[in-house]
Amino acid sequence: MADVLVVGELKNGELKKISKELTSAGRKIADAIGGKVHTVLITDNVDAFAGDLKAVGADAVIGANLGEFSPEGYANGIFAIIQEKKPAVVLMPHSAQGKEYSARVAIKANAGIVADAVGLSVDGGKVVAKKPIYSGKAYANFKVSSEIQMFTVRANSQEVTPKDGAGAVEKSGASAGEVRTKSISKDLSGGNKVQLADASIIVSGGRGIKGPENWPIIQDLADTLGAALGASRATVDAGWISHSHQVGQTGKTVSPNCYIACGISGAIQHLAGMGSSKYIVAINKDGDAPIFKVATYGVVADLFEVVPALTSEFKKVLG
Amino acid sequence: MKIVVLVKQVPDTETNIKVGEKSINEAGVKWIISPYDEFAIEEGIRIREKSGGEVIAVSLGPDRAVEALRTAYAMGVDRAIHVKVDDYVTFDSTYTSELLANLIKAENADVVIGGRQSIDTDSSQVVVQIAERLNVPHVAMALKLEFDGKKVTATREIEGGTEVVETSAPLAVTAQKGLNEPRYPSLKGIMSAKKKPVDVKKPEELGATGSKLEVVSLEPPPPRIAGRKLEAADAQGFASQLVKALREEAKVI
Ligand SMILES: Cc1cc2nc3c(=O)[nH]c(=O)nc-3n(C[C@H](O)[C@H](O)[C@H](O)COP(=O)(O)OP(=O)(O)OC[C@H]3O[C@@H](n4cnc5c(N)ncnc54)[C@H](O)[C@@H]3O)c2cc1C
Repeated sequence: MADVLVVGELKNGELKKISKELTSAGRKIADAIGGKVHTVLITDNVDAFAGDLKAVGADAVIGANLGEFSPEGYANGIFAIIQEKKPAVVLMPHSAQGKEYSARVAIKANAGIVADAVGLSVDGGKVVAKKPIYSGKAYANFKVSSEIQMFTVRANSQEVTPKDGAGAVEKSGASAGEVRTKSISKDLSGGNKVQLADASIIVSGGRGIKGPENWPIIQDLADTLGAALGASRATVDAGWISHSHQVGQTGKTVSPNCYIACGISGAIQHLAGMGSSKYIVAINKDGDAPIFKVATYGVVADLFEVVPALTSEFKKVLG
Repeated sequence: MKIVVLVKQVPDTETNIKVGEKSINEAGVKWIISPYDEFAIEEGIRIREKSGGEVIAVSLGPDRAVEALRTAYAMGVDRAIHVKVDDYVTFDSTYTSELLANLIKAENADVVIGGRQSIDTDSSQVVVQIAERLNVPHVAMALKLEFDGKKVTATREIEGGTEVVETSAPLAVTAQKGLNEPRYPSLKGIMSAKKKPVDVKKPEELGATGSKLEVVSLEPPPPRIAGRKLEAADAQGFASQLVKALREEAKVI
């Protein structure tokens, strides 16, 4: 068998873009090695998403009702489906959840795994996964030598290409099994805004914003663009914003299509988290700031003037 | 309580990385303990300070990994074990987790703590893989840990917020920034760390089945799309140019 099994992800009952990205990537791999693409969604409402996934190449869309997220429960359920489908390749999102269950799934399936892949190609019937290493200062290409080849894939790293798959809907009887970690409560007070990890646009503020009272200037631009709000460590350490917004080595690694850095110097630890963004805009008073070395578009100016002007300009064109 | 803390040696972020064919050129690289592992060491020591027991620092790597264990000693761990592997396994999480899980099994630890990821590979795999191999629960991205006998209450980071979970020891934990403030090794600690014994284990003794990854090649990062500084007379000029560039040239907004 040379099938590809993709694990998708939902958020608040909606299909995350990564599900299509991985299905599309899975389709390309399956076409190269001669197999089918099965996309698994953890939901009791799989019919609602089958069309979207069929349109990007899913031959089968499998709904598994594993209840609320738990890494053990998801790993048990996904492994049961792997045992049934016997795929050659498994693609999982390198999301907060994916990172956790993938590690358990790999061990259960006795598979090698490359985590946080940003490039997938096929050579001699095997997948070659490219991943940034050493904070993006080098890239490595790996093949997995076990029977099942597993990968977790970074959001926004794969293109979504229309291609019709069979799109057959299946409901899996896989269960979460024994879960030994019980969720007691959740605090999602930051929950409704766009999340950094899979945002396709991020607007970030650094020490250049001068104080927490000025976040609205950055947030306005983010809201106008439907972007997530990021921050440098300097602003987090100063207590201006919570650590969950921090981008960088000791914060989140992000790969948006567009990263707008406002008043951020571009320290190496910050670049480690956002250096793989496709387009980078830097707005900084200091023309020698290291951020300009990676910026696609550099604006040497005062952010307190440029950012509000940018917001109103975007408001005009985006309606 | 018996606590194992996992300590990985990684190149300092500021270090220049020179890419070789299948591994980096290590000449001139400055090595540090992966920052998240410092939270793991600190948490291990804090648990012992509260509940008694023993903290064992374990590092897998070539000879130089001993330096990381000396630092762990200087911070206050009780024992150190060096899993000495000279070949290139730094990327292979399943091989690493197998060696470490086999070692931890023999030690019969109540808690294994590592960083949420190591900053050289960013894979977030090893500690949870160890949990799976030991057939124990895990708490990833821990921000707070409380033990009440075997019962464990933890706060952890999840997408968009935090979650309180309950589980029980034995378990594995990955440390997120915010779990604690790692202490600096004292001078006295550093001096006495030099003389402390480091137990060396070879992969053969730990019986791993071998690597499941093949490094095909290493390469420098892909070239960035050439950047340019925009020229404008005022903020309004910058704004309209940027909007145009992002919408018509980059087509990202
Ligand atoms: C182990 C370790 C881990 C780290 N992890 C991270 C991490 O995860 N993320 C991270 O970001 N950093 C991290 N750092 C910190 C990093 O080294 C920098 O200190 C930090 O990124 C600097 O933040 P900044 O750019 O906001 O502040 P600064 O370096 O102070 O830069 C502020 C910038 O704002 C500009 N500016 C000021 N006023 C204006 C204005 N009116 N208009 C326009 N521009 C203006 C200035 O020219 C300057 O370039 C880490 C450091 C260490 C040692």
